[in-house]
Amino acid sequence: MKSNVTPMPIPGMPAAPDTGTLKGFLRFLAQELKPRGKILTPFNVVTGIIILGGIAIIAVRFARGLGAVTNLSQAYPWGIWIGFDVVTGVAFAGGAYILTFAVHILKVKKYEPIVRATVLNGFLAYVFYSGALLLDLGRPWNVVNPIIGNAFGYGSVLFLVAWHFLLYTLVLFVEISPAIADWLKWVKAKRIIQKVTTATIIVGVTLSTLHQAGLGGLFLTAPSKIHPLWYSSNIPVLFFISSMFAGFSMIIIESMFTHRIFSDRLDEAHRASHNKILLGLAKGSASVMAAYLFLKVIDLTHGHQLGLLLTPMGYWYLVEVAGFTLLPLVLYVVAIREQSTRLVQGTAILTAIGVILNRLNISVIAFKWYEAVRYYPSWMEIWVTLAVISMELWVFRWVITRMPILGAPPDFTAEEKTLNNLGDGEVVRWKVSSSWKVSAS
Amino acid sequence: MTISRRNFLKVAGAAGGVLLAGGARSARTAQVPQTSSEGIEFNGMLIDTTKCIGCRACEEACNEANKLPKPSVSFSAESVFEEKRETTPDAYVVVNRFPNGKNPDKPVFVRRQCMHCVEPSCASACLCKAMEKMPEGPTVYHKDRCMGCRYCMISCPFDIPKFEFDSASPFVRKCIGCYDRVAKGEQPACAEACPEGATLFGKRRDLLEEARKRIYRNPDRYRQRIYGEHEVGGTGYMYLSAVPFRTIGFRIDLGTTHYPELTSGFLSAVPLVDILWPAVLFGFNYLISDREEERGKESGDEE
Repeated sequence: MKSNVTPMPIPGMPAAPDTGTLKGFLRFLAQELKPRGKILTPFNVVTGIIILGGIAIIAVRFARGLGAVTNLSQAYPWGIWIGFDVVTGVAFAGGAYILTFAVHILKVKKYEPIVRATVLNGFLAYVFYSGALLLDLGRPWNVVNPIIGNAFGYGSVLFLVAWHFLLYTLVLFVEISPAIADWLKWVKAKRIIQKVTTATIIVGVTLSTLHQAGLGGLFLTAPSKIHPLWYSSNIPVLFFISSMFAGFSMIIIESMFTHRIFSDRLDEAHRASHNKILLGLAKGSASVMAAYLFLKVIDLTHGHQLGLLLTPMGYWYLVEVAGFTLLPLVLYVVAIREQSTRLVQGTAILTAIGVILNRLNISVIAFKWYEAVRYYPSWMEIWVTLAVISMELWVFRWVITRMPILGAPPDFTAEEKTLNNLGDGEVVRWKVSSSWKVSAS
Repeated sequence: MTISRRNFLKVAGAAGGVLLAGGARSARTAQVPQTSSEGIEFNGMLIDTTKCIGCRACEEACNEANKLPKPSVSFSAESVFEEKRETTPDAYVVVNRFPNGKNPDKPVFVRRQCMHCVEPSCASACLCKAMEKMPEGPTVYHKDRCMGCRYCMISCPFDIPKFEFDSASPFVRKCIGCYDRVAKGEQPACAEACPEGATLFGKRRDLLEEARKRIYRNPDRYRQRIYGEHEVGGTGYMYLSAVPFRTIGFRIDLGTTHYPELTSGFLSAVPLVDILWPAVLFGFNYLISDREEERGKESGDEE
């Protein structure tokens, strides 16, 4: 980046006169950052208060330590900031890899209208959950240690998770960047990004596979602490498979809200195909859930744990597995036969609850179930979790109302032509401003 | 050589689709190594609970050697025995009292501290090597590397690492086997302080011999078990007891698999997935692109 500012266009900021120069770009950004619509809506007031309160709690946490705001103890070193924010949140971000896989690798065009919203959801989830992870780390300023390499713990599952987490967040950024290019009208940048789309998505699917499985793999080291009904050497596989239906159900739930709230941003094609998309997602979810339940049954019988089902923890296990995995599977099948999108949406919520229960069970509830004094989250832990979700929703809404996420991307045919006329021999430069055209002629 | 064969089988199994399972739980460690990979004999400790009188001299010596804050209750107070204690960030070793099933008049005292596993779970769990197994035996803590994630606490089968939850700049704290003292040729503070010889410091190999000798010579006095000989793949600190270990606060359900083994199957599949998955996906992608072109369809605007 050059330090001499104004009219000079700086590398990386090309395209239309508005955003091609730093001054224009900043003006555009300032204008876009302004809130639109009514400010004092009930949603804004409630989430605003939650966010402000959350910031205050976070300040106390950094001034006085984790013990001041959380119920964590020597017996329960991980609470809901890990168990819910990170472990559960990442599962729900799984929609991004499964959908990009379907659309870009398998070329199932049907789902194309929802790819951007899903990827955006995944990207924001990763950004905010890694943010939440920093709150939970005792010494977050050392978080770069396993990345910069002053001590690589290769033998650690967490090392794998950290690296895949970081890389996948970058991949998600690349995957969402065509929408940013559309928004800034950076035509050339978009073209370059699209050239690497397939490779990026393949890397993303690979990273997700290991990252989702790795989050489960973390708990392999606690065989004596996790209730035998939940502990299994298959935890990584189970986490990976369940991240798929967690992702599917999250896409369905997210579209329920976006369709109601941002209906003005949708185009006709999207609206028309939506019912088909929902039923397709339900089919995908149902088949993956069947595989998941099959593995669960194998674990149960091979571990000779059937007797444990008739204990209090066993009943709780059945609530999760029968009530919130098997039942939604059946309901999905019914919904597909009846072609009922309503039922698909309701079932998606049940499925999501099942995933939350599963992740919380392994990380918090069935973890040290034998302890006399159990962990339960403090109100401040819950508050901060809600604040993180609120912030994510604010950013999500900001992006949806400004970038072409839900509707069709803008038509750049005219600009594309200009680019093509300039010849392919042109060295790749990320600027198409007026000064660039001068130098090219 | 069995190790490499096992690794090979694991990789082959992963390739065959077993992938992330690894069958780690059923795997057994054939033999507990007595030396580091460099051939240095492991140090260890033998704690004979039949000799411990609960004087807590080890606690006091540990407190001084590690410059820990003085506790509110003095080291000579017996009141601490009224409840079972865990180690804390400020107490790396604690002595607990248990009723003696064999002889009600003589309670059993058991000290609790880091077991210094032969293959420590905490060290393999740590993503920045803040917990590190030294070739001499002890598992030490590098505070400058730690990021405070507390995964070591999740992974430790004995719940030994403790975290400073009330500090804005917290560390994980635990016994490090008086690494510096031992390097200078001294004994760990607790072993030196023990007036009854209940805590014996030495090479793990020799201590095992000593333990077996005691059991052979006094079969009525001891249980026929050395706790730590095989538990979780062997521990550096080992115990003898007159009463069943489960009655004096030990977990006997930990198994003999060393804990890094639990994740090694999964981890060995990682590079495989990282290489095979993209290859398969690219293949899929080309296959489908070609087919779409044959059908005369425009393959889309992405590629």
